Amino acid sequence: MNIPTTLLGLLEPEPSHGYELKRSYDTLFADNGRLLSFGQLYGTLNRLERDGQIQVLGASPGGGPDRKQYMITETGVAQVETWLSEPERPEPMLQATLFVKVVLALLSDRPAARYLDVQRDAHLERMRELTTMRKAGPLSRTMLADYGLFHLEADLRWIDMTAARLDQLRDEISR
Amino acid sequence: MTILSADNLTKSFGATVALHGASMSLEPGEILAVMGPSGSGKSTLLHCLAGIFAPDSGTVTFDARRLDTMSDRERTRLRRTDFGFVFQFGELVPELTAVDNVALPLLLAGMRRGTAYARARSWFPRLELAGLEDRRTGELSGGQAQRVAVGRALVTGPKVLFADEPTGALDSLTGEKVMDLMVDTVRAEGTAVILVTHDARVASHADRQITVRDGQVIASGVQV
Ligand SMILES: Nc1ncnc2c1ncn2[C@@H]1O[C@H](COP(=O)(O)OP(=O)(O)OP(=O)(O)O)[C@@H](O)[C@H]1O
Ligand SMILES: [Mg+2]
Repeated sequence: MNIPTTLLGLLEPEPSHGYELKRSYDTLFADNGRLLSFGQLYGTLNRLERDGQIQVLGASPGGGPDRKQYMITETGVAQVETWLSEPERPEPMLQATLFVKVVLALLSDRPAARYLDVQRDAHLERMRELTTMRKAGPLSRTMLADYGLFHLEADLRWIDMTAARLDQLRDEISR
Repeated sequence: MTILSADNLTKSFGATVALHGASMSLEPGEILAVMGPSGSGKSTLLHCLAGIFAPDSGTVTFDARRLDTMSDRERTRLRRTDFGFVFQFGELVPELTAVDNVALPLLLAGMRRGTAYARARSWFPRLELAGLEDRRTGELSGGQAQRVAVGRALVTGPKVLFADEPTGALDSLTGEKVMDLMVDTVRAEGTAVILVTHDARVASHADRQITVRDGQVIASGVQV
């Protein structure tokens, strides 16, 4: 998750205090990753200020960081615009790891099929959690859960296909 | 506690061994997904558990009664009173209306017509089918027809619902809706479910899953 640009995006509609930003972030996105720590928040805000993407408005004298209000700059808006309009690299992250595990297991004569079974169970367990989350709503969380479910489902298909072709793969890589 | 269990089931069709020492158990009110590759024996296991056919060997126990040694008549009666069924294609009677289809199992069980129809109608709002009571089932969408099939399966208050690919013929969104309503209803009724499916999303509505492979049940959650 691109935290700096996400914070910029949250600042775009209107200037905001640090704690308000954290609250918006956590409410909207914590399900998607994890809670934002204050260290991360203020570290990121300092860097954004240094890079001219935000500026500080009316810090009351003698106040700690919490008194400051942050406002996005034109450079900041341009950064948000660029990030939103560029597609993400379609990374097959987990698959790469699972593939390495399967190959290593086969090379070392370990039970690759059983590793895949255990992985399948972990995936299904996570899918059950997401299905529960999906049913509880609201729609924003349902859609986030759906995203996770479709990805896990794709992994599972790969796991099933791989499990069915382990013998072939073993032959190929031990050649 | 166990409501339904199978121990060491075998079943062959001619030279094809469909079940080869399959064992499992189901708790009251539990939703159990049965997964596994095509041809692995999932439907055969479901049919043995439901007393639709008898295994060649092994035992099936429902509510402390042996299903595999029961007479055909007893088994048929048990299926009517304690089991409900939903298949991939609802197998509704297309010439009858939706409410006729749902009332049918109650009429077959000897319930008075008025009572049977009143009870059948009460299921329509629960399955978000209000207004479709008098539509012929041949004129319903696939998702609506499957929800009518769920109503027909649950109207008698069975202890176990057997569902074999209940959303197999539906698109994802429609299938999801059928699953949501089916799960909400069985939870409310306390009905246990044997849910045979290829689809991991469908299986994720269950409390637990087992995998059938080559006619055997593979224990799940086993760490390497
Ligand atoms: N009535 C039958 N007559 C002959 N063979 C059968 C019969 N029913 C099942 N079989 C065979 O038994 C094996 C297991 O079939 P079963 O229908 O239980 O598999 P399944 O896991 O439900 O598959 P699918 O996911 O494709 O529905 C298969 O080899 C099948 O061809
Ligand atoms: Mg089948």
